[in-house]
Amino acid sequence: MALSLDNLETRQVDPEKPLIEVDDLIMRYKIKAGDVSAVEGVTFTIHQGEAVGLVGESGCGKTSTALALLRLLPSNAEYISGEVRLNGTDLLRLNTDEMRKKRWKDIAMVFQGAMNSWNPVYRVGEQIREVLDTHFRGELTVDEQNQHMEGLFRAVGLPAEMIHRYPHEFSGGMRQRAVIAMALACSPDLIIADEPTTALDVIVQDQILKELKRIQRDLGMSILYISHDIAVIAEVTDSLGVMYAGKLVEYGPTSEVFARPRHPYAYLLLRSTPSITGPRRQLAPLGGEPPDLLHPPSGCRFHPRCPFATEKCSLEEPPLAEVLPGHRVACWHWEEVPELEEELKR
Amino acid sequence: MTATAPTQTKPLIDVIDLKKLFPISRGLFRAPTDFVHAVDGIDFKIAPGESLGLVGESGCGKSTTGRMLVKLIEPTSGHIQFNDGDYERDVANVSRGEISEFRSRVQMIFQDPYESMNPRRTVFDTVSEPLAVQKIGTIPEREERVLDLLQLVGLTPPENFLFRFPHELSGGQRQRIAVARALVMNPRFVVADEPTSMLDVSIRISIMELMTELADELGVSYLYITHDLAVARYMCDRIAVMYLGKIVEVGPTEEILAHPRHPYTRALLSAVPVPDPSFHRTPVEIKGGISKAINPAPECRFIERCPFAAQVCEENPHPPLIEVGESHFAACYRVDEI
Repeated sequence: MALSLDNLETRQVDPEKPLIEVDDLIMRYKIKAGDVSAVEGVTFTIHQGEAVGLVGESGCGKTSTALALLRLLPSNAEYISGEVRLNGTDLLRLNTDEMRKKRWKDIAMVFQGAMNSWNPVYRVGEQIREVLDTHFRGELTVDEQNQHMEGLFRAVGLPAEMIHRYPHEFSGGMRQRAVIAMALACSPDLIIADEPTTALDVIVQDQILKELKRIQRDLGMSILYISHDIAVIAEVTDSLGVMYAGKLVEYGPTSEVFARPRHPYAYLLLRSTPSITGPRRQLAPLGGEPPDLLHPPSGCRFHPRCPFATEKCSLEEPPLAEVLPGHRVACWHWEEVPELEEELKR
Repeated sequence: MTATAPTQTKPLIDVIDLKKLFPISRGLFRAPTDFVHAVDGIDFKIAPGESLGLVGESGCGKSTTGRMLVKLIEPTSGHIQFNDGDYERDVANVSRGEISEFRSRVQMIFQDPYESMNPRRTVFDTVSEPLAVQKIGTIPEREERVLDLLQLVGLTPPENFLFRFPHELSGGQRQRIAVARALVMNPRFVVADEPTSMLDVSIRISIMELMTELADELGVSYLYITHDLAVARYMCDRIAVMYLGKIVEVGPTEEILAHPRHPYTRALLSAVPVPDPSFHRTPVEIKGGISKAINPAPECRFIERCPFAAQVCEENPHPPLIEVGESHFAACYRVDEI
């Protein structure tokens, strides 16, 4: 089979069609002290050609959710329930061998910290070749593989001959570009990008994000971005989920969630992000610390820190319900949240 | 004093032609011939109570500058004049004997709250260490002082924190301890090197607010080192932008953000992501990545990447900072044309 970058087929994208559906996923880590409730009933859908972002602070479960999609969780992780359907197939029910065939081919990952995702003693090209060998064993000659890799490197803005170099010869930004090239190697339907630019300088970050966006559009791929950086997510995604303490608390079109955040946590998170544009507005304070997930709070997990909390919040868990078209919020008091705006102005 | 703009009051910090070159070793018996020009002749002043932001990308020399100001490393040449009332010193001339007095006036907050604390010492040990080193007060008095400070930085009730170890604290709490430690001697000047970049958003805001409030209450001046211009906007009265060891632009914060003049500042600002999906940035394209400051050529440091580079830039040495607005300076020959 001939594989060149022109062959990284541009998919026919039907934005109505779901690519991957995460349905009520519950996942815990077993540690000595008990069970850490890391992902608790997360439900969302990534459509064809869509860029979805998951934001939240450290320990909110965003990376665990991403790793769960790839079934790359550490051995002490336990899936309690839920489904992850890729084009209708539940990934959680596949055996190890079937799952291996999905990785890189259907879902690829761009990991956090490009510094650590390469083995320093092998040339970068050899490491990408491993992926090609796994999925196209015997189908490509070494020359064809090289040609394909050179094409990938050019696509991400790297000189083609760099496939023969070692990781230490790359700068941080170039390494991250090479990671993206590797993720594209088998033309996956979905790329999961976990903090793809966190360790990079702002100008390089900007270039890489633009590159990812362009490639995603050109090839009709879907991307799941995981980041703590709300500004980055605002720039690159179509839909946005906000996670808190293992739960998805708000989900909707990015522009809508930014314009009208309705969960108090999402509201405070978005309004506590400093920006260089617009008026220098008051940043929203968010008191307290995230909860201990060994003993998550009862009811709504945000209630100990929430300015709207009532007794009901500590007793009953709010469902992630559609409150506005396409905009889901898990809060009993979502209608009162706009009042915060008034309060902050004072 | 320098020949630049006269100031009414004496600046707290007056940096004059400060340089730091790091030799690159080529073997044990060979004298180094190559130098990294980490900081290459910079001048700036910080007024009492003012906070200056030093921004730039990795490797631009901002942390090296901060470390020279607190005398963690020695400058290769140049002066750092520190004027605190009757205490006037050139930081480079502060002798070993005087260093503890100097450190009681100048302190530093580090980036990583997980690595800047000794894991085997309690909060009390960590915060009171400067007092112990300077032999100030009895132990009960020190305890009193530490309790006051913990209260001040928002760790309440302070008694509960006094004898905890770093591993029992969250990142935000550790950074509050770091702030308390920096303030225990009542310093006049604090160098804060990316104090919030390791913290989550919500905690970052509270530390930023804490530092601003304390500056107002206690009259502390900051040199705030950061790569994040949005954070600098909230923390700093003025911003200095560094590129490869040089300050390329300096001015009042809002002025720099609204009317950047140097091509590098423009590119930097245009690359900052904006937390508003309806906002569309106008890209400013620059070429390539940041180069290294090893034996740099005499002309403008930014010339290779600058979209506006012209003959004047090639024929002249690195441009001096020229006034482009009120207290606003930029180091570019073509500043008026672009």
